[in-house]
Amino acid sequence: MDIDRTIFKTPLNLPWLLKMAWRDSRRNRSRLFLFVSSIILGIAALVAIYSFGYNLRDDIDNQAKTLLGADLVISSNQVPAPALQKMIDSLGTTRSQERSFASMIYFIKNQGTRLVQVKALAGAYPYYGALETTPTSANQNFRNSRKALVDKTLMLQFNAHVGDSIRIGNLSFAIAGILNKAPGQTGLTSTVAPAVYIPLQYLEQTGLVQKGSRVNYRYYYKFDEGVDAEKLSKAIEPRLDKEGLNQDTIASTKENTGRSFADLTRFLTLVAFIALLLGCIGVASAIHIYMREKVASIAVLRCLGIKAKQAFLIYLIQIVGIGLLGSLIGAALGTLVQRALPAVLGDFLPIEITMATSWAAIGQGVALGVIISLLFALLPLVSVRNISPLNTLRLSLEEVNFRRDPLQWLVYGLIILFVLSFSLLQMENWRQAVYFTGGVLLGFAVLTAVAYGLMWLMRRSIPNSWGYLWRQGFANLYRPNNQTLILLVSIGLGTAFISTLYFVQGILIDRVSLSASGNQPNMVLFDIQTNQRDQVAKMAQQNNLPLLQQVPIVTMRLEEINGRTGVEIKADSTAEIRPWVFNREYRVTYRDTLVDSEKIIEGKWRGTVNSPNDTIYISVAENYADNLNAKIGDRLLFNVQGALIPTVIGSFRKVDWNRVQTNFLVVFPKGVLEEAPQFHVLVTRVPSNQVSARFQQALVRTFPNVSVIDLALILATLDEILGKIAFVIKFMAAFCISTGLVVLIASVLISKYQRIQESVLLRTLGANRRQILTITALEYFFLGALAAATGILLSVAASWALARFSFEAPFNPSLGPPLAVFAIVSLLTVAIGLLNSRSVLIKSPLEILRTEV
Amino acid sequence: MATILDIRNLGKTYRSGGKELAVLTDINFSIEEGAAVSIVGPSGSGKTTLLGLCAGLDRASSGSVELNNIRLDDLSEDQRAQVRNRYVGFIFQNFQLLPTLTALENVMVPLELRGEKNIKNQALDLLDKVGLAHRHHHYPAQLSGGEQQRVSLARAFSNRPKILFADEPTGNLDAETSDKVEKLLFDLNQDAGTTLVLVTHNLDLAAKTQRIIRIKGGHIASDELVNSDQLAGNSYQ
Repeated sequence: MDIDRTIFKTPLNLPWLLKMAWRDSRRNRSRLFLFVSSIILGIAALVAIYSFGYNLRDDIDNQAKTLLGADLVISSNQVPAPALQKMIDSLGTTRSQERSFASMIYFIKNQGTRLVQVKALAGAYPYYGALETTPTSANQNFRNSRKALVDKTLMLQFNAHVGDSIRIGNLSFAIAGILNKAPGQTGLTSTVAPAVYIPLQYLEQTGLVQKGSRVNYRYYYKFDEGVDAEKLSKAIEPRLDKEGLNQDTIASTKENTGRSFADLTRFLTLVAFIALLLGCIGVASAIHIYMREKVASIAVLRCLGIKAKQAFLIYLIQIVGIGLLGSLIGAALGTLVQRALPAVLGDFLPIEITMATSWAAIGQGVALGVIISLLFALLPLVSVRNISPLNTLRLSLEEVNFRRDPLQWLVYGLIILFVLSFSLLQMENWRQAVYFTGGVLLGFAVLTAVAYGLMWLMRRSIPNSWGYLWRQGFANLYRPNNQTLILLVSIGLGTAFISTLYFVQGILIDRVSLSASGNQPNMVLFDIQTNQRDQVAKMAQQNNLPLLQQVPIVTMRLEEINGRTGVEIKADSTAEIRPWVFNREYRVTYRDTLVDSEKIIEGKWRGTVNSPNDTIYISVAENYADNLNAKIGDRLLFNVQGALIPTVIGSFRKVDWNRVQTNFLVVFPKGVLEEAPQFHVLVTRVPSNQVSARFQQALVRTFPNVSVIDLALILATLDEILGKIAFVIKFMAAFCISTGLVVLIASVLISKYQRIQESVLLRTLGANRRQILTITALEYFFLGALAAATGILLSVAASWALARFSFEAPFNPSLGPPLAVFAIVSLLTVAIGLLNSRSVLIKSPLEILRTEV
Repeated sequence: MATILDIRNLGKTYRSGGKELAVLTDINFSIEEGAAVSIVGPSGSGKTTLLGLCAGLDRASSGSVELNNIRLDDLSEDQRAQVRNRYVGFIFQNFQLLPTLTALENVMVPLELRGEKNIKNQALDLLDKVGLAHRHHHYPAQLSGGEQQRVSLARAFSNRPKILFADEPTGNLDAETSDKVEKLLFDLNQDAGTTLVLVTHNLDLAAKTQRIIRIKGGHIASDELVNSDQLAGNSYQ
């Protein structure tokens, strides 16, 4: 008889596969949902950050005018030459000017002093947006009388009120209002350099601006409609560039602000992506267990005539469906979380953020969620093709092997490719994307290895003499189909983030504190005029403060390198010289000896120039030499406030910048700059904060133009900045830990049947409820403790490496924060675990069997 | 009568602990269409392995299996699945209903797999024949063992198979339920004119077929027509 070959050509029958996927999911939906719940948080984090990014971009576009406050801003670090000033004055009729500089202010009522950014303003700036003040009228009132607007953090810090007086230089100003916000200002700016606005007309009387003072000159323009600010900006660019002036337009502000915030959102996206990856490993692990339970059903279907591909597709459809659902929920949650982000990132933002729903972000998040849950689910899913119908009769002697399918290698490859593509999309740089992908893989591998290692150690070190409850609690981590490893990795990673954060915070604070310990300097007095130099020194000595350094400083600009001007070098795309070397103002000193924070690493130190015709050999810091792409013997031409001085690089210095003292990119020999306009810096050491405060008060009263930075101010500022960054990192770490805890909840529920059987068995053997509760609590304690230990161990290693190689500081971790993290993570794991096991723990065995099985 | 199943020089070996383990050796027999045959033998004799090979669930190590004139050894796993869907019905000791489908859906699956339409009534008729039409919307977990096996019977006959393989169909049931299921099995088989291959170590059940093939140590120990008087009351249990 001929064989009817048509029976082998049956179609896939997609509608039926969809129907089967739907039918099969009916009894498993809550479990399937649990699987994807681990990706919900990752997707939520991504969608929140994407939405935030999109909204931020739109807001920057919409608010760029208020960010700049004008159509065009020209800025300079020196008084523009008369011809240039003429051009500046001719650019528009509606204009304002501002001179800003660092100076001390003195709160008369409580005698407090603080280094601030004084902004002397003339004109109606800002033309877009406003100086936001309390009371609102203050932003106009202060302009025409001897009044000031004082930054709100300063007001709080010195407990000052509107109407109080402050002294700036020789002049007192009444506080007209509290400055809440100025165009382009962020919370961070106000921490680092809190602003005080005064009317420009009183600047001269303060006596603070003298020859050689470091003042920033800014000119704000508002053009009539029809004037193309961009075109105008292009037209004047060559001239301003040549004179070393900068300009900003609304378009360039948009671009620059957008770029820096793109970096921030990129960083956050990558952290959220790591949380998502962790969730996906959770999904893969849960689906693996799910598919093991499905072996019998698939074998029956194979018996009844289903093709391997059809069986595979039924479950694939389920995963896609549930991945889609999880992603949609994640996207909805992310849209809500987005509303919290401005609170988290508020201090970094110069603009008001709107919180519109971003469909682009939701679309990206959902697509990403589906793809990634599918990719990770494929790992256990490809093995479905190998399930033999023989499993219906008994488990095949050649057991279903979930681990050795060669297609799994292809899936692993696809996952790595996906991570690489995603990071490439974020970073737009192949090398960084490869580093990130490699870093993530290495990170996971190290976490896994540490987790394995700890479990191995623990297993070996639990003595038989320990009570049964302890041994059973630990042994439970090894129950069949356990998800211990993924839980250790995900909770461990979150712990590692948080504990690294604490360590790094400690390292930075320690480094600054240590740098000023012993007899090292801890106070720098600057802006001392030449005629004040000896008097300030005398005052310091009268207060028993040592004169550790007295340093003259001359400001200058770089004109040429080896005869080529900045304009030529910027135009030459092959020149490996950073353009900023021509834009910045250099503060240079001159001396005949090296100081103890520097040493010559190449060339020869020449400390003096004996005759005017001698070559001037300067010494440059090695990192600056890298930016110049310079070698010994290269010629640099400096412009010292109009006078051109040709020099030759005589030596490179390695400089320890981590000290509370002056250090310089460029050091001139003695005999060249003595007659140039200059100011002086005095470096000293104060024994206590009280002495520091007393000395600063006296100094500001006598020499109001002299500014002071001391260790306390640096530490306070550093602490505040780190606090703000820490908040962001903790927020992201919370996503990782929460993902781990969701995986834990899923894992507890997935293994519920097994746990019920164990519990019933133990009860039958005579265990009481308390003993079972203790075993379960111990199991979760071991889990949480091992995960936390994994994270802390890793963070100790990472922080040590950071301290050693990046911060070049000693690493003396304090035990408090990691111990607290350890306790919190362990207890949280126990609490979540017990909460989800309560139905197994509190009911009678028979009741459990009736209701749960 | 035409041959529906032809087994020639069949052998099956497994690798276990690095050694070749022969489970079946040199098995030869054939079964005519419409016959009812039992394969009996003690536990571990290889009878379930033989059933798996005959039904195309597994591939032989040597020899050949021809089912409905199709040589199964030449076919891929997916092609053998198609053969099973067209020509074979199954009944298992532990029922093997799909736990996530209702009774009705379980019965419909083989027909749906063929792409047949309007099958609900056919499936309901079959459930009616096994006395469970009123429970069609229940899931397997909501049915007793006997009810599950009756659904399994309905499913086995739903694709109108040419040959039905039953692996200890009453092995998990009490005596009373076993009797009911046995009766149903033989009645349905007679109505449909299906060939029945029954694997059991219950000799009472085997006695109800026309022919008994005894397997021992992986070989055919005997192959004889039934004289029911000799077998009554015996068992391999």
